Amino acid sequence: MSDADPADPAVRVDGLAMRYGDKVAVDDLTLTVERRSITAVLGPNGAGKTTTLETCEGYRKPQSGTVRVLGLDPVRERRDLLPRIGVMLQGGGAWSGVRALEMLRHVARLHAHPLDVGMLSDRLGLGECGRTPYRRLSGGQQQRLGLAMAIVGRPEIVFVDEPTAGMDPQARRTTWELLEELRADGVTVVLTTHYMDEAERLADRIHIIDHGRLIATGSPLELTRGGGVGSAGISTIRLVVTRPFPPGAPESLRQALGQDTEVTQLDQVSLLVTGPADASTLAKVSRWCEENDVLPESLALGQRTLEDVFLEITGRELAP
Amino acid sequence: MTTFTPQPGAASLPRQVLAQASMEARLMLRNGEQLLLAVVIPVIVLIGGVQGAHRVGLTYDHAAVDVFTPGVLALAVMSTAFTSLAIATGFERRYGVIKWLGASPLPRSGLLAGKVGALLLVEVLQVVVISAVALVLGWDPDPGVLGAVLAVVLGTAAFASLGLLLAGALRAEATLAAANLVYLLLLAGGAVVLPLSAYGSFGNVVQWLPSGALGDAMRDALLDGVTAWRDLAVLVGWAVVGTVLTARTFKWE
Repeated sequence: MSDADPADPAVRVDGLAMRYGDKVAVDDLTLTVERRSITAVLGPNGAGKTTTLETCEGYRKPQSGTVRVLGLDPVRERRDLLPRIGVMLQGGGAWSGVRALEMLRHVARLHAHPLDVGMLSDRLGLGECGRTPYRRLSGGQQQRLGLAMAIVGRPEIVFVDEPTAGMDPQARRTTWELLEELRADGVTVVLTTHYMDEAERLADRIHIIDHGRLIATGSPLELTRGGGVGSAGISTIRLVVTRPFPPGAPESLRQALGQDTEVTQLDQVSLLVTGPADASTLAKVSRWCEENDVLPESLALGQRTLEDVFLEITGRELAP
Repeated sequence: MTTFTPQPGAASLPRQVLAQASMEARLMLRNGEQLLLAVVIPVIVLIGGVQGAHRVGLTYDHAAVDVFTPGVLALAVMSTAFTSLAIATGFERRYGVIKWLGASPLPRSGLLAGKVGALLLVEVLQVVVISAVALVLGWDPDPGVLGAVLAVVLGTAAFASLGLLLAGALRAEATLAAANLVYLLLLAGGAVVLPLSAYGSFGNVVQWLPSGALGDAMRDALLDGVTAWRDLAVLVGWAVVGTVLTARTFKWE
């Protein structure tokens, strides 16, 4: 097993661009993934997450830019790379009539030092449906089998595409714990998700992608603190009112709160206020409501979330 | 000792191919419709053909069972190598199986070898069952082993390449429909089960079809113990054409 250089990052994407016809899927994307980390690629549907992942997995040849995984070219050095990575597709990947454990055993046989299939199926709760044909598994069971198929060969990196989509909360937690254990044992995990809580809970590093471009990178803490490590006290206020806001409401509220504040209009009846908050902030917001003759329906104070970060950068909601 | 510590590596290629072949053969035999196509229909055709020939007083130079059995073996090869393979591959594309395997250690050559292995495994089973039924019906073959084995292998190559061509070009449902339709057309008019002489002057055309060539080669081998080089060459031709076209058009996803 030749390591190009053990100090190479697990993944290095440099200036990647991909387009299908007129549609730009990935636009000058540059990012790296450190080894033994969990990295989340976060973005709305259609942001280019899957295309980026599939380029790393060697399914697609970069139209421009370069992609290296473990220092290898995923297309030219495919045969060397494939045994070292594990892939979980966004769906499918198994015969409709194959039984869950039979599929997992088959994948294990393609590898030289696979994990114990029984142990893995216990860990992912696949024992109870081990003899069920794939087509009759629930969505969550299919996802868990897909994850098991990705890791049974003891890869150095796993690429998991929307790993918990369609899972119930219990299965999500089990999956998260497993991914954390993989990292603790030295596996690099690259996952795409459009769930903020997933990225926030799991990831050491988050790359936020929109329209095929990287729009923010950092640890969950760095991203939610905004100004970087050390600038504390940033919080958010969500204001929902009973009737549509008068014109110019965001600007007038911003002036009422001070220049460090950002006000984003979410829709006709809700606003998001982001900035340094203290005891007087809520009082100022409610005084502004009184002066402008709007009746608050709810006024919620919270920590800035990744959702807010995404919203501030793009002006759009992340989740559909 | 930590559980998931990376220790990557591919199994040896022969082991991977063996795993793939046995997996695909098991799935083929588990599927009701495919089993019907592989064993039940050929056996019904054999029994029906022999009984029918007695009833309408159809006579050949040989006993009816001796004429029909090689043709039914050819039909079995066609059903597995063409129809079953096309349908299975069509749905593998649909369900992302081929895509997923594309990121596994199994190379595409290994996947193809696994498919061929699965076909040969199923065909051995078919030959055993059909031959047993035929022997019960009084089959007395004149075994031209070389000719028969070459016919089965080259027939498998020709039909498998055409089956993959179909599966790679059409959507899964269309592949299902087309593969069954072609099977029925060749069963009726392709000189698989019935000898070319049954088709009159149309036989001049049919002998160039893979079905006619395979049926003829099997009859020559098992009726007269002769290796039918011309028919085998026709099968090679179809295999080459099918492989070239498949290599150009097949989409793995």
